Amino acid sequence: MQADRVEDYRGQLCPMPIVNMARAIKKMEAGQVLEIWADDEGAHADVPAWCEKTGNEFLGEQESGDYIQYFVKKTT
Amino acid sequence: MPDNNKTSIVVFSGDMDKVFAGFLIATGAAASGMEVSMFFTFWGLKAIQKGSLTGKGLLGRMIGLMNRGGIERVGPSRFNFGGIGRWLFKKMMRDKNVVGLSELLETAIDLDVKLYACKMSMDVMEIAEEDLIDEVSGFMGVAGYIKEASESDVTLFI
Repeated sequence: MQADRVEDYRGQLCPMPIVNMARAIKKMEAGQVLEIWADDEGAHADVPAWCEKTGNEFLGEQESGDYIQYFVKKTT
Repeated sequence: MPDNNKTSIVVFSGDMDKVFAGFLIATGAAASGMEVSMFFTFWGLKAIQKGSLTGKGLLGRMIGLMNRGGIERVGPSRFNFGGIGRWLFKKMMRDKNVVGLSELLETAIDLDVKLYACKMSMDVMEIAEEDLIDEVSGFMGVAGYIKEASESDVTLFI
C-alpha cells in the first residue's frame, strides 16, 4: 500500500504511538495516507479504535517481521 | 446526554501509579480528539507542584516537608519503601522504554489538556499559587467541576 507519510514508532509503548499518530495526522491533508510502524501490542487494538473515535479511516495492517505496519487515511 | 466529546478526570491520588494512569488516559483521550480537563485535588496537587517548600504555619510547613510536591517525587501506592520502590518502578519503566512522568505531563500539556487546581485543598495544605507549575489553567471549586463533568462523556476519579 502506498503511503504519503511513514512514521516509525517501534520501541514506543502506550500512549506514545497513538499520541504521535494523532500529531502526525494533524499535519497531513485530508485524503492522505499515513503508515506507522509499531511493535507495541497495545497499538494493535488502539489504532483501529482511534480511527473509529476520530472518524479517520483504518485501511488495514501488514505484519512485517517483529513489527506491524498500520495504514490510516485522514478523512477530515 | 453529554455530547461535547469531553473527558473530565479528577486526580485525587498523589501516587505515581495512579497519577501515571490519570495522565495516560488524559493523553489518550486528547489524542483521540477529545477536550480533556484534569482536576487536581488533595494528594493530586503534588503532581502539579513545582517542588518548592510549601506552607505558612507550623502544620502547613510540616505537611509541605513530608509531602513535598513535584511530579518526579510521587511514589507508587504500594511498595514505596521510603522511596526505593519509586526508584525501582521508574527503572523498570525506563528499561521497557515507557515514557516517564515528566515527559507524559509535558505531552498532556502539548495536547491541550487543561489542568485545574482545587482551591480548597490548596488552602488547607497551605499551597500557594506560585507553588504550582505555570501551565495550570486555573482554579476550580466543586461547582466548576460538576459543570464540566456533567458535560463530559468520560468522567473518572483517580
